[in-house]
Amino acid sequence: MRYLPKSPAERQEMLAAIGAKSIEELFSSIPDRFRLREALNIPGPYSEAEVIQYFKDRAAENSNGYTTFLGAGVYNHLRSVVTDAIIQRGEFLTSYTPYQAEITQGTLQTIFEFQTLMCQLTGQEVANASMYDGSTATTEAVLMAERLTGRQRVLVARSVHPEYREVLKTYAKNSGLRVEEIPFTAKGTVDAKALQVALKDDVAAVVVQTPNFFGVIESCAPLADVTQAAGAMFAVAIAEGVSLGLVKPPAEADIVAMEGQSFGLPPSYGGPFAGVIASREKFVRQMPGRLAGQTTDTEGRRGFVLTLATREQHIRREKATSNICTNQALCALAATVHLTLLGKEGLREMAQQNLSKAQFALSELLKIPGVRRTFDAPFFNEFTVEIRSFCAKKSSGRSRWARRIRN
Amino acid sequence: MNTKIKKASRHTNQNEGLIFEKSSPGKRAFELPPLDVPAADPDEALGGNHRRAGIDGFPEVSEIEVLRHFTRLSTWNYAIDLGMYPLGSCTMKYNPRVNEFIARLDGIATEHPYQPQELSQGCLKVLRLLEKCLLEITGMDAITLQPAAGAHGEMTGLLLIRAYLEKQGNPRKKVLIPDSAHGTNPATAVIAGYEVENIKSESHGQIDVDKLRDQVTGDVAALMITNPSTLGIFEQRIPEIAEILHAKGALLYMDGANMNALAGVTRPGDLGADVMHLNLHKTFSTPHGGGGPGAGPVAMKKILEPFRPVPILVEKEGGRLALEPVRPDSIGRVKAFAGNFGVLVRALAYILAYGPGVRQATEDAVLNANYIRKQLEGVYELPYSLPSMHEVVFSDAMQKKNGVNTMDIAKRLIDYGFHPYTTAFPLIVPGALMIEPTESESKEECDLFIEAMKAIAEEAATKPEIVKTAPHTTRVRRLDEVGAARKPVLRWKPPARRSEAAD
Repeated sequence: MRYLPKSPAERQEMLAAIGAKSIEELFSSIPDRFRLREALNIPGPYSEAEVIQYFKDRAAENSNGYTTFLGAGVYNHLRSVVTDAIIQRGEFLTSYTPYQAEITQGTLQTIFEFQTLMCQLTGQEVANASMYDGSTATTEAVLMAERLTGRQRVLVARSVHPEYREVLKTYAKNSGLRVEEIPFTAKGTVDAKALQVALKDDVAAVVVQTPNFFGVIESCAPLADVTQAAGAMFAVAIAEGVSLGLVKPPAEADIVAMEGQSFGLPPSYGGPFAGVIASREKFVRQMPGRLAGQTTDTEGRRGFVLTLATREQHIRREKATSNICTNQALCALAATVHLTLLGKEGLREMAQQNLSKAQFALSELLKIPGVRRTFDAPFFNEFTVEIRSFCAKKSSGRSRWARRIRN
Repeated sequence: MNTKIKKASRHTNQNEGLIFEKSSPGKRAFELPPLDVPAADPDEALGGNHRRAGIDGFPEVSEIEVLRHFTRLSTWNYAIDLGMYPLGSCTMKYNPRVNEFIARLDGIATEHPYQPQELSQGCLKVLRLLEKCLLEITGMDAITLQPAAGAHGEMTGLLLIRAYLEKQGNPRKKVLIPDSAHGTNPATAVIAGYEVENIKSESHGQIDVDKLRDQVTGDVAALMITNPSTLGIFEQRIPEIAEILHAKGALLYMDGANMNALAGVTRPGDLGADVMHLNLHKTFSTPHGGGGPGAGPVAMKKILEPFRPVPILVEKEGGRLALEPVRPDSIGRVKAFAGNFGVLVRALAYILAYGPGVRQATEDAVLNANYIRKQLEGVYELPYSLPSMHEVVFSDAMQKKNGVNTMDIAKRLIDYGFHPYTTAFPLIVPGALMIEPTESESKEECDLFIEAMKAIAEEAATKPEIVKTAPHTTRVRRLDEVGAARKPVLRWKPPARRSEAAD
């Protein structure tokens, strides 16, 4: 087998050194009746060429030749080949979590740069090294708010990505959290009045998304004001990070949960992506996940380490802020490289092109008879339209279905 | 230069600041194609109050600078591609490059999770085949590929147990966890709404079955067991342990972190485990990438199948595959979309390359660990003498006499050209050295490691200072972790402007 670096003679030599007669002897602690006698029934072994052919065949059974306008939390933005060249360097690709700081300064410094970029983008003071994705980051933001407030009621806007809300409900079910949904207005934005009514002194967090699931940009500042006046945390989910190239960041939020897929990561049928939690400095000790921090070595040189580990499961066990261990480091590195490549002007220009193309697509669609815009509100690169059914027998004039369109 | 250091020599590497410090206004590394539609006016389209000015401090550099920046940083890392990475419990094995290639194919990397399922049959077939392979390897009945990492899989597994018990009328209160377990186990139990009760290992490092019998009451939902344990020892009485739990209506959760010792040799499902997670970034070689992404599929017995997280992969008539978003008894969704698909693809590529030959990989992994154990026995103390599987745990008891601890030895190993083993874990071994070579190491590389470990033991006895102040050859020396935590600096900030500085 090409991945295994031992000759039969070397195996024998090593067995002899151990003092074992056969390899079977090394497995003697497994009760005999549980040891497999037959080979596993799985396909292979395949040569490299066969492996490639198998996946090329599968790739051909997918959406080749189609253009998608799907969006909804996964976006196909332009990416530079440089990003992939960097993240495929073995030193990044095949390195472990940087617990041994002296020989992982490369990874540690890139995490520090990632944290900085995430702060700059979101207008927050601190950001972590990554979470699994936007959906679990949103849930972790709520759990963080629960720890900070000691309260257990959560108000989530119904305009938040439905799968993010579902994930939150899965986690909430057993932790005593009570999740309630806040409706949206005819403009597709959070119903501020309904929020005001629901806000009591038992609310831990209010969660909104901007741009929201309909693509509409929420006005965060007034929502943050009423939320914080009730002593609750204002948490903002961001599923489309490129929006931050043009749209004001939710600096007033207490916690931001962002999906980083838009930053150089391919759609990959839904993952792996990179979530992130950003927040205020005073809340850092309740943040989940890893953090890289700057420090000095014994000779005064700048270096980086994983820090504030007393929040984490490997130290704190059942008292940890989260159970997360492995996160999405390589995806976070891809985002770091991609954003560095785009830079200040590139990100702005990408956002500007997204905005322009979405505006153009909407104006063209509205020229088609029977197409109507669902929400008359500012949007970034996604919007919803409703199409009157032409084939319905009982034409009530009401829209039968809406389809999400993205540039 | 110490002549005993055979694997490594010093070499120059480049200095490099933070990318933000290299930035200069007007430079750029990426150009978009010209806009081919009318340009929208952001103020008009977004409204002035939503409009952002430029992002302060965001990098402005050229393409060559980006490439050099990250390439230079990469050279400061140790990696499997450079040599043995004997981190116990982490299974740092070779990450085949073909897996990177196929994950980036058009038609694989480009697919959107919401595209019609008729146009996703290739993706779904990949998932289906991976499910089948993992079920065969684990001896289980049903599986979910949704969880994003091991800890996420643990949570999913415990939620399955909880849903199953709830359906029977009582979710119960406690989860039993051995004192040798990974920290994720207790942290996860709490998220699933359970209290943690620790169980002590007996003197050989195995679960104390007699004590366990007393601890399994009607309040206990499950026992989370790692097998082989974090000591690298197979829990020989696991079938009996399963019986004890089952007799009281509790379930057995197996942490599959150490599956690299078992694949192709024995199957957790046959041993009595009801549910387990696999770390695809360990046993199935998907790259660790400096800390992820991973994937943590959860395999289970039939009784837990109805509770699997959505979406569920199903086979329809004519062999057509589909992801179903709704199941009445499902624990719900644990993550958006359909799992870490890009990671799952790589794991399947790994399995296909081996086929039934995964057994050979397991055998080589166990052979390497036992070889190292044999050669280092007597040089380092072996606190538990039961047979080792894929990893061996020593302690620093002999070196401690000279004031040298496991962390010192680990840091000195860096000077010898190796990544350290896992230090100070499991917690039941004071001063643990946890060594997992994996099947990816040749006899030659193992021998170099053994020589290095022997040389360090000798140094610890004769000139302990050199060990205690190691590493000596890295670009930074030991870093001030206490200072980093006391006054956290977690991001770069632009230097204060002159006018502000003058205030």
